[in-house]
Parts: sequence; C-alpha cells; structure tokens
Amino acid sequence: MSAHHDAPHEKTFAEDLAAKTGIDVRKCYQCGKCTAGCPMVPDMDYTPSQIMRLVQIGNRDAALGSTTIWFCASCFTCSTRCPQEVKIAEVMDALRERALREKKSHPKARKILAFLKSFLGSVRRTGRLHEVGMVMEYKTRARDFFSDVLLAPAMFLRGKLKLLSKSVKDRQAVARIFERTAGRK
Amino acid sequence: MATGYFPGCSLEGTAAEFDMSIRCLAQALDLELREIDDWNCCGASAAHQTNHLLGLALPARTIALAAAQGLEEIFAPCAACSNRLIAAQAEWLGDAGVRAEVERAIDMALPAAPVPVRNCIDFLLPHIEKIKTAVTRPLAGKKVACYYGCLLVRPPKVLAFDDPENPTSMETVAAATGAEPVAWGFRTECCGAAFAMSSTASVERLCERILVNAKAEGAHMVIVACPLCHANLDMRQPKGMALPVLYLTQLVGLAVGVAPKALGLKKHITPVAAAIA
Amino acid sequence: MARIGVFICWCGENIGRTVDCPKVAAEAGGFPGVVHAVDYKYMCSDPGQGMIKDAIKEKKLTGVVVAACSPRMHEPTFRRACAEAGLNPFLCEMANIREHCSWVHEEKGDATAKAVQLVRVMVEKVKRNEALFPIKVPVTKRALVIGGGIAGIQAALDIANGGQKVVLVEKEPSIGGHMAQLSETFPTLDCSQCILTPRMVEVAAHPNITLHTYAEVESVSGFIGNFDVKIRLKARSVDIKKCTGCGLCAQKCPQKKIPSEFDEGLGMRTAIYTPFAQAVPNKPVIDRAHCTKFLTGKCGVCQKVCPVGAVDYAQEDTFVEEKIGAIVVATGYRLYDFRNGEKDYGIEGYGEYGYGQYKDVIDGLQFERLASASGPTGGAILRPSDGKAPETVVFIKCVGSRDCAKGLSYCSKICCMYIAKHAMLYKHKVHHGTAYVFYMDIRAGGKNYDEFVRRAIEEDGAVYIRGRVSRIYTRGDKLIVAGADTLLGGAAGGRVEIEADMVVLATAMRPQYGIEALAQKLSIGYDEYGFLTEAHPKLRPVETNTAGIFLAGACQGVKDIPEAVGQASGAAAKVLGLFSSDQLEREPIVARVNQSQCVGCFYCEQVCPYHAIEREEKRDKAGNLIARVAKVNAGLCQGCGACVATCRSNSIDLDGFSEEQVFSEIGGLR
Repeated sequence: MSAHHDAPHEKTFAEDLAAKTGIDVRKCYQCGKCTAGCPMVPDMDYTPSQIMRLVQIGNRDAALGSTTIWFCASCFTCSTRCPQEVKIAEVMDALRERALREKKSHPKARKILAFLKSFLGSVRRTGRLHEVGMVMEYKTRARDFFSDVLLAPAMFLRGKLKLLSKSVKDRQAVARIFERTAGRK
Repeated sequence: MATGYFPGCSLEGTAAEFDMSIRCLAQALDLELREIDDWNCCGASAAHQTNHLLGLALPARTIALAAAQGLEEIFAPCAACSNRLIAAQAEWLGDAGVRAEVERAIDMALPAAPVPVRNCIDFLLPHIEKIKTAVTRPLAGKKVACYYGCLLVRPPKVLAFDDPENPTSMETVAAATGAEPVAWGFRTECCGAAFAMSSTASVERLCERILVNAKAEGAHMVIVACPLCHANLDMRQPKGMALPVLYLTQLVGLAVGVAPKALGLKKHITPVAAAIA
Repeated sequence: MARIGVFICWCGENIGRTVDCPKVAAEAGGFPGVVHAVDYKYMCSDPGQGMIKDAIKEKKLTGVVVAACSPRMHEPTFRRACAEAGLNPFLCEMANIREHCSWVHEEKGDATAKAVQLVRVMVEKVKRNEALFPIKVPVTKRALVIGGGIAGIQAALDIANGGQKVVLVEKEPSIGGHMAQLSETFPTLDCSQCILTPRMVEVAAHPNITLHTYAEVESVSGFIGNFDVKIRLKARSVDIKKCTGCGLCAQKCPQKKIPSEFDEGLGMRTAIYTPFAQAVPNKPVIDRAHCTKFLTGKCGVCQKVCPVGAVDYAQEDTFVEEKIGAIVVATGYRLYDFRNGEKDYGIEGYGEYGYGQYKDVIDGLQFERLASASGPTGGAILRPSDGKAPETVVFIKCVGSRDCAKGLSYCSKICCMYIAKHAMLYKHKVHHGTAYVFYMDIRAGGKNYDEFVRRAIEEDGAVYIRGRVSRIYTRGDKLIVAGADTLLGGAAGGRVEIEADMVVLATAMRPQYGIEALAQKLSIGYDEYGFLTEAHPKLRPVETNTAGIFLAGACQGVKDIPEAVGQASGAAAKVLGLFSSDQLEREPIVARVNQSQCVGCFYCEQVCPYHAIEREEKRDKAGNLIARVAKVNAGLCQGCGACVATCRSNSIDLDGFSEEQVFSEIGGLR
C-alpha cells in the first residue's frame, strides 16, 4: 500500500476518518477559509486546507508527519467558519492521535509532545495539574532549560508558583481513567 | 439552585488571583459557591488533542461527582474547563455508545440530563442588576478591551454562548461597572493558548497582534475571563506595551469596592496600579 | 374481452441496469388479458413508438400499458402514439418502473419483482379504462405579467407586440427592477439605463399593455385560459391622472433623510418621492411610514405646493379585477442580507465580515450605485464612510453562495462576471488603485464571458487571489482583510492580509421577499430556497406544473440579464401559442356525480378547492321540486378527487380514476 495515495479496494483515508469521527473531509472544496483564519499557519509546514487535501487524496504519510497537526492550537476558528461545516480542528485531533499511535510525529513536534506528555503525566499522578511539577518535567523532556528563566522569579515572588502539589483524594480513580482510555480509539 | 464551583487547576496555581477575585466577589454579591468535592483536571486541550476518550472521561468524572453531590449546575471560571465540560457532555448526550464507553472508563454513572455549565461571564450575567446597585467605585472613564479568545465562544454550535463573531456579553458585564468597553478587532482571536511553553515565539507573535490592536483602539486595559489568555497576554507583552490585563471578576470586584490586594491585582506581571488609579 | 399490450422500456441503462426488462416482459405476457408483451431500449424513440402503433393495429389492442419513466415525463408522448394508431389515448397507462423502481432500488432481483407488480396493477386498471374525450374550454386572450423588471418588461412587450393584451403588475412605484440600478453591463459594458429605459417607456406607451405600478396581486382563482385575478392598487396618495410629474412636491418635502431603496441606502430620498429620475411612470408616491403628515398630522407641504392638486392624503387602496388567460411570473431576485442573515430560513449573517457594521463593507448592488452616473456620487467611486476615493478595494466572491453552513449551497452564477466588471470599472475610475478579488473558482461560461474576465486580469490589472476570506478587522480607518492564497502554501505561507479602504461582498442571489406567499396564491411549486419550480428542468423550463402559468427570469433560479430576457421571450412565446386558438383542450380527468344516488348534503361543495361543484334542482313533470343535487362544472374541475373522498353516499367518481379502477389496481397486487 502506498501511503501517498489511497490504494484501490481499500477504505480510503477519508472514509476511515469519517467512520471513526463522523467527519467527512470529502466535503472540503479547498476554499482556504480555514487557512485564512488560522493563527498558527506561520508555524506549519502545510496549511490546514492542505492537510484536508492530503486526507482527501489519501496521503497518510504527509498528513501524519506534518508539523501542522502539532501546531494546531485547537482554537476552533476553522471549524467555526468552514462553509462546508467540516470540523477541521477535530480532524487535527484525530490525526494527532493516529500519528502518536503510529509513531510518525514530525521531529519539530518534540517540544510540543514533551509538553503534552508532561501535562498529562502530572494529571495522571495527582488528578490535578501541578504546574511547577509539570514545568520541571517538561524542561527535562524537552531539554529546554533556559527559556523563561527570567520570568520564573517574578512569578515566584507574586505567589504564582506553588511548590507543593494539590491532589485529588481518590488518586486511584483518576489513574484508572488513564489506564482504561489508553490505546482506545 | 445549588451551584458547584469547579475552580480548575490553574486557579490553584498561576491564576490564584482569578480564584481570589471570584471568592471576594461572590461574598460581596452574596452568591453561594460550593466547591465540587474531589474534582479533577478537565484535561484541557492536552487530553482531547491526543486521546479523544480521555478528553471525554476526565471532565466526566467531575460532572458525575457534581451530580452525585446534588449540585444542579457547575460554575467553571476557566474557559478551558467550561469548554471541555460542555463539549464532552454534548458528545455523550447525543450518542448512547459514547456515554457507555465514558461510563466504563470512569466507573461511574453519568447523569441522564445535562448538567448546565456556566463560564465566568455566564455566571455574572444573571446578577447584572445586583452588580449595578453594588457599584461603589464606578470605573467611569476607564476604557476596557474585552477579550474573549477562543474557548468562550467556539465551537459555537456546541457552546451556544453568545455570538461567536461579535460577542457582547462581557461588554455588558464590564459596562455595569461604569467602565467603557472599546470596539476593537481582535476580541476572538487566539492568544496561542497551550503553546505558552512549547512554542513561546508563536504566543509572542499572537499576543502582540492582540495587544497592539487593543492599545490602538484606546484601551487602558484588557479584560479576560480565562487563565490561559491571562497568562499569555500578561506575561508575553512586547517591549514598552505595559497594557494591564485584568480578570473580569477583578474589574467587577474593584467597582463594588473590594480592595485591590484582596483581588490579587499585585500578582500580575504587567503592573496594574497606574491603570486603576 | 380485453386485449392488452405491455411495452417495457429499458430507458437506456436507467431501468435496464437494475430491472431485468426481458423477464418483466415474459411475465407480463402471461397476465390474463395480455396478448402482447415486449421490451425495448428506448420506447419513447421513434422505433419504440412504432412498435406500439404496429401492435395496436396488428393485435387489435383494446388497451396499452407502457412500463417506463414517470407519466409526468412521457404520458403525453405515448398517448399521442396510441391516438395516431386509432386507440383512444385514455386507454393507455404508464407503469413507473424508473422513479418508483430502478432509481430507488439496488438489488436487481427485488427490483425486477417490483416492476412485475407495477405492470400487473396497471394491466388490471387499464382493462377497466374507458375512452375519454378532451374537454374544450374557452381562452381569455389577456395575459398577466407579475413583476416589472427586465424579464417582466421583455415578456410584456413580446406578448403585446404579438398582438395580445397584457396587464403588467409591479409592486414598486416604478418599473425597471434591479437592471435600472446597474451601472454598466457585462460583457460589453453597455450602459444599463441606456438599453433599459427605452423599453420602460415602450411599456408605458404600448396600446396593448395596461400598467399597474405600486400594485400587488391580491388573489388568483380559476384555471388555464380562465383565471380571475384581483389586483391591489396600493394608495399612492397622489392622483396619477392629475399629476404632471413636475417634481415640486419632492423638492419641497421637508423629510429628506430617508435612505433611498434605489440607491441601496447610499443616498437619501424624501417622503414623497419618485424612485429615480427615469422612473416609469414618472409620478411620485408618498411613503406613509416616513411622511410627517401621516405620522403626526402636521406638515402637508406637498399638497400646498402641488400646482394641480394631485396630492390626496385620503386615498385608499383600491382593487381591480381582471379576466386573464395566462400568467407570467417575473418577480426577480434580491440579494442575500449579509447583515442580518435570513432569519426566516434560520440562516446567520456574516459576523466574520462584521455584520455590516463596517460602513465601507458594501454589497454588489451598492457598488453598482457608486459606479452609476445616476448614483449618489454621480459615478465617482467614493467610499461611504468618509467620501474618499478608495485606493485599495477588495472584492470577495461567494458570500452566502456555495456556503452550506449559511444554508445556501448553490452558486449564484452572476457574481464571477459582475465582480470582474466591478474591478474593471474601479480601475477605469481610480487608475492608481488596486483591486483584489478573492475567488474559489471563476465561472464564466457565457458568450465572451471568459474573455471579459481575462481582460479584467490582464489588461486592467485586477489581482485575483484564489482563496476565501476568513475575517475582516478594522485598524483605524482601514479594513484588514485576512484571506488565503491557496495557490501558495507551505513555506510561502498561504495566508494573506490586505489593508483595504473598501470591501465589496458578492452576496448570494435570492428570490424576492414574499415569493412563497405568491406561489401559494398561484398554486405553483417552489424549492427549498424559494425559487419557483419549472415543469421540467430541461424540456419545460418556462412552464410551471400549473397549466397556464409561466416563469421568466430570476424567480425560477439565478440568472443574468441575457438569460432572463431569453426566458422571458420563451414565456411570451408560450403565452402567444396558448392564445393562438379560441378554445383549448383539457384533460377529461374530472369528477362525475351519479345524481340518482346523490343525497344533496353538499359536503363536496365545501371541500372543492376550485369552486367546481354546482347545485342543480330536480323537478318532476309537473314542475315540483324533488331534490337538490350536486353537479360538477367540468371547466373548473381539476380532478383532484377531494369530493370523491368526501362523498357520504358514494355518488361521485373520477373519470380515469374510478373506484373500480383503483380497487382493481390494489387487487392486482400479489
């Protein structure tokens, strides 16, 4: 199977996505309104409308390997204004999830992935996000030790950085949610 | 009607002043706040971006807890929290299969009827008359740029809160304090949200556009109702901008006479004092 | 003894792909009474019709069943063929195995079995058919044209020049419609007024045309050749016979700040006004909603200054009734309201383009008024907010159109052309300015159309950008247009931001307000968008499904001027054809009362929508009244069957659809 085009006699990429998310990317007629309103386009290798195109022609590799899916801010501007009512931001979620599963994410997504993993790691441990803990973990994962070093003392002085984490009482319950949803589509 | 208060993680940390101002204001306006016992993180965008089911299950546990504690609606001041709670509910309310899957994941039954979720603006709107009569220190002459960002209004079909392109609800609340909302163009533009750490340059680029426009239209301060928006706009200002960013509850708090310190106004990175003097 | 012939049509692949036609023919051959059953690729073609004619003669058929498409499509074709072979046409019936079978099923075995059933029930019916003979009705040779835009004007002139009488009804104070508002027309850049106004004058002067402006159709009854139409003449507050059109009243009217409809709100008019200088009739009307006299009782200036005493505040709406033989509907279009959306249709406006709060975001008709020599700026392109000449203008296509999120999926068709024209006119008037056009596709499929668009790009330098606009912001007195250039992407970005002085939105074409109510008065169909429905999308584009009512122009679907004019002439030809004889033939599918059984309850009279039930007195030889019974006026009856279903004593039957026929159809089901 070529991952650059839908193969004959197989469910197309677009059909596959539609079956899982209920969103039909074939409705996209490439008007570009999503791209026009997307605040993150300067950080993306493909524009949002190009990602829709890649899904339409079944180019899985390019879509899943793009920086676009990681730099989508989930601001929903695209989904709100799409004249064809394609839920573009939701498609980005589905593509991210799939890229993670297939371990195809773009190298430039490293810091973003580090952030997402640190965030969810913190929630998994205590049921709530502990910002300081999350930042420490992120900096280790992203090997990004020097950004915002000047901001941290200012925040600390203003009492914005809490060193001790608050936790839910029933940590088991939250951990179970992570277990049960792991690997599910 | 018993309202469950769901502060969310940020309000226990970097957005402590949002929490402080809400509690002060609730007291000043005599509104009851009952924190949902043992609430957990809503997962924010990190959960739904990487695992759809996790993105539904994390809000589900808090909603199920609230219902079990006899709470009939939830006040979630953080825009990300209220957005996730509403969006997740919408999904399982429309699909019995999703509901069953989520219930299995959290090991709890979900309430049959939707539990209404109020964001910060929505929480204050019904009390607008009360606010007007409580104002002791009207903010006349203060030009404010009300900033909604993304998650208060989008996706509109799911949230059904205000007009997604030309919202007016925050202006309504702000105007009740005597402040003067300015007309400006970037009210619903994205601030870069969760890229605060992982793509700082993007956030700086987006915040600059927003702040420059607000200042150009004559605003003395920007008003927000979301801790992520606040963090980004307050901390990522371009050189020489110095445009204070206040939570809506801080603005109302000031007008009804709560002390600036109690509202946590000193916690901001961009100084506020001169703008509210 | 019945001798029925059955003819199964493949309709090319339409039926043949899903229904095993030879098998259906073989089975039909075994039905009782069937003496002949065949199948053929195209039964409606000349050889196909020949097969039917030959069989009627050779096999001495007493009835024919053609299993093919919908009777809407080809019943007249096959009935004519039967008549030519000497068989009464009403002894021919169709079994619809296309729309009712092959098009809606996929599995061939089941579809074939259903087709056999459909043929069987029709055979059972046709065995009980009786010869029927067309009803002759007289024709009133006077046409009604509704709407006085270019389509209505063309239809009225063509009919009138063909020697027949026309009544033209226009709801506005003047005829002319949208075409009178246009500056120049594509693809020739003819001055719109120069080609239109002579025709408006011709309408007013034509001896065969009665013109009612500021008038609306109140009610319509009757049927083809014999309509009764009531027309409301709205109170003009001006005696049009006395008025000389001197214009003094409008000059002196103190109420001068009413947004002019003709100038699309860019100019102002008075309360007593003539919509534009070239109006026909060139007589004013008082807008009572804005007139100080009507609002407060004070003023009365116009009455005082009128030299001939034509102003009449006490005037009331009056009605005229006309006998009409045929109706042409030409109510035209309006533009999608991007400011408020279409609340009646549950459609949102364009918040992302500011809901019309930005003064310098205008629509296409507003741009026409700016570019028109008769417009509020005398033809100078000046932006509404501050009257400055805009140095950068952005045109955005497909606003409302091709946007299923806003509820309108269709392409408005004219925008690609008029935007190219706008860009051109703008460049001709503001030489140093830049015109940007955001487009998704360029649809310029008309004679000299694509060449025209290329000229706008290549010679006049309009900058075309392939992409849509997401948002318009304001920055100071500039409009920031955030769009996409989808021909770029990746490293080149694909997002473009243009700092503009004025934005023109090519908003969707919609049928006129009130079209649904008018369609209901006329008993004609309309689609989900309100466009009136033609009898057949390809072969009967100017007729409606109600005989005697025709369509012209944009009321039927989006159209430009040449198409609207073409359709108007087509409708006029249909009317003239109808008026070419003194009588016309109608299908004899009418109700018949068994008067010996009728109990005279007259429930039928109450339910008949066509007022076709009459009361008849039965007397004995001595002249004593025995009974009052119902009688059907065959001229008025439309064969709907409401009376049949209502009749308590089971005394009414419908010719061609008798109870016996219908029950035998049902009995034919296996």
